[in-house]
Amino acid sequence: MSVLVVLEQRGGKWNRTSFEALAAGQKIGQALATPVTAAVLGSNIDSLATEAAAFDIQKVFAIDDAALEQYTPDGYAAALEQLIQASTPKVVVFPHTYQVRDYAPKLATRFRKSLVSDVVDLKTVSGGLSYVRQLFQGKLNADIPAEGDLQFVSIQAGAFRAAEPASATNPIEQFRVKLDPSAIRSKPEAPYREAQRSVDLGAAPVIVSVGRGIKEKENLPVVEALANALGAELAASRPICDNGWLPMERQVGSSGQTVSPKVYFAVGISGAIQHLVGMKGSKTVVAINKDENAPIFETADYGIVGDLFEVVPALVEEIQKTKA
Amino acid sequence: MKIIVSVKQVPARDSSLRVDAQGKWLEEADLTYEMNEPDAYALEEALQLKEKLGGEVVVLCAGPQRAAQTIREALAKGADRAIHIEWEERAAPDALTTAQLLANAVKPESPDFILTGLQSDDLGYGQTGVVLAELLGFAHATIVMEVEPQGDAVRVKRELEDGWFQHVSLPLPVVLTIQSGIKKLRYATLMGIKKAKTKEVKTIPASQLGIDLNSGLVMERIYLPTRSKKTQIFSGEPKQAAHQLVEKLKFEARVI
Ligand SMILES: Cc1cc2nc3c(=O)[nH]c(=O)nc-3n(C[C@H](O)[C@H](O)[C@H](O)COP(=O)(O)OP(=O)(O)OC[C@H]3O[C@@H](n4cnc5c(N)ncnc54)[C@H](O)[C@@H]3O)c2cc1C
Repeated sequence: MSVLVVLEQRGGKWNRTSFEALAAGQKIGQALATPVTAAVLGSNIDSLATEAAAFDIQKVFAIDDAALEQYTPDGYAAALEQLIQASTPKVVVFPHTYQVRDYAPKLATRFRKSLVSDVVDLKTVSGGLSYVRQLFQGKLNADIPAEGDLQFVSIQAGAFRAAEPASATNPIEQFRVKLDPSAIRSKPEAPYREAQRSVDLGAAPVIVSVGRGIKEKENLPVVEALANALGAELAASRPICDNGWLPMERQVGSSGQTVSPKVYFAVGISGAIQHLVGMKGSKTVVAINKDENAPIFETADYGIVGDLFEVVPALVEEIQKTKA
Repeated sequence: MKIIVSVKQVPARDSSLRVDAQGKWLEEADLTYEMNEPDAYALEEALQLKEKLGGEVVVLCAGPQRAAQTIREALAKGADRAIHIEWEERAAPDALTTAQLLANAVKPESPDFILTGLQSDDLGYGQTGVVLAELLGFAHATIVMEVEPQGDAVRVKRELEDGWFQHVSLPLPVVLTIQSGIKKLRYATLMGIKKAKTKEVKTIPASQLGIDLNSGLVMERIYLPTRSKKTQIFSGEPKQAAHQLVEKLKFEARVI
C-alpha cells in the first residue's frame, strides 16, 4: 500500500504544481500511515528522476519510453495503468493541470473509479480522511470521504505549499512499460504561443480588472474612469475578452497573463480559480462585488460589498478629491 | 455525419445557493436553471459542424424532468432531435456514473462526433467527456478552441496553460470537450422555437440503462467555505465605503 504522486514535466521542465501535489501526497501518506512514491513519465528523463529522488519519498518510478516523448492521453493512460497494476497504490495523486484534466479521468475509468478532481484541502473527520473540493467555481465546498481500495485525486494549484527537496538520494526504479505506438491515436503538433503581446500587464504597478459584473460593453467607461483616476492599466476576466469587449492581451488568469501589481482591483469578478492563479501574487487586492459570498473576498485584503455601478463612481470621486 | 452534443442543466449563475438542511445539496426551491455555459458552446460548435458537413445534431441530456426545458432550448437553436435520460434520484452523481449512463444511451447511435462542455458550472468535475470517450473506446481531446474536420479525422486547437496552444489530429469517432467563449452563441428564432415543439425527444429512464446508480463518490457534506483570510470589508453607503477604502489605499497601501 502506498500513495503514488504523478509529477508532471513538459520538454524536461517541471510543472511546479507537481510539488504542491507531492506535498498533498505526503499529507495523505501521513493520514493513512503509508509510504509515498512518485512517478515521472517521458523520454530521457534521468535528470528529472534524480531531482525527484531528492524529495522526502520512498522511491521514484521513472517511466522512460520514446512513445512518451510527447504527451498523449493514450500513451500516458496506458503507461500509468501498467504502473498502478504493478505497484498497487491506494491513492494516486496528480496536480490538477490541463494535462491531468486530459488523461486522469480516462486512467481512473480503466479501474472503474471516479477521479476526485481539483481538491483544495484534506480533512480528518471522525478518524477518517476526507477530500475537500469546490463546487460552483469556489462558492461552496464539499467533503468527499476517502473510500475504496484505489483512489484518484487531483490537487488544485495553490492549495498546498510546494514540497521542498530534502537533499536525499532515494532509489529510482526504472519501470518498463509496453506501449504500442499504433495504439496512440492523437497526433500532437508542437505547442505554440499566439503573437507577441503588446501590453505587458506584468510591469503595471496598479491594475483595475473588470469581470462579468459590468454586464455590457457599453458600461466599460465606468471602470475606465477608475483606471484613469489611479493611473492604472485596465485588465479583465476571461469572459470579457471572449466577448471581445477588451483585447485578449488584457486577460488575467491561467490562460492569460500573470500579474503581481502593488494593487489589483477586482471589479465584478467572482474569483474563479483560473482567474485567481493569475493575480494572487498582487501585493494588495481590492474586491468590489455585490455578492458577499463571492470567492474573490477570500483573496482580497479590502472589499466593498455593493453594486459596482454605485461604488466605482463614488470611489473615483473620492480619489479625485484626495488628489486635488 | 452524426454529431451528438451532451448538455447538462445546472443552477443559473446568479442563483442564491442555500445548502439544504441535510447538508447534501441545495434548497432546490430557490433555484432557477439554465444550460451549462460550456455546453452551450459545445452546442454552437455542433450546429456549425453540421452546417459544414451535413448530417444531424442529436442532443443528449441526463437529468430530471425539468431538464426538458434545456433540451427544448437546444432543439430551438437547431438541433434535430434529443435523447433525455430521465433521472430523478441523485442531485450530485459523480462523473463516472453520469458518463456510464450517457455511454449506454449513445452506443446504439454510433456517432462520429460527441461534443460537450469542458466542465459543468455546478459540480465542476471536468471529466464527463473524457470518461465517456474511454467507455466508448473513442479518441478524445479536451479544452478545444477550434474544430477542423478532415474526412475521417479531425484537427483541433487545444488550449494549454499560460497562453500556449497546440494542434492535435485525431481519428473519428471522437469526443471533444469545448472551451467557453470560442464562438458567438446563436439565439433561438421564433421559427426555431415553434419547430422545436415537433422534434423528437426520446425519453429513457435511467434505471433502464443497466448502471448501478448508487455507487461512486459521495459528497458527505456541502457547505459555505469558511474564510481564512481577514478581509477588511467596508460597508455602509457607497460614498462612505469608498472614503474608507481610499484612506486605506493612501495611508497603508500608499498607492494614491
Ligand atoms: C480551462 C479554463 C481556463 C480559464 N482561464 C481563465 C483565465 O485565464 N482568466 C479568467 O478570468 N478566467 C478563466 N477561466 C474562466 C473562469 O473559470 C471563470 O468562468 C471566469 O473567471 C469568470 O469570470 P467573472 O468573474 O468575470 O464572471 P462571473 O463568475 O460571472 O462573476 C461575475 C461577478 O460579478 C458580480 N456582480 C454582478 N453584478 C454586479 C454588480 N452590479 N456590482 C458588483 N458585482 C457584480 C457577481 O456577484 C459575480 O461575482 C477559465 C476556465 C477554464 C475552464
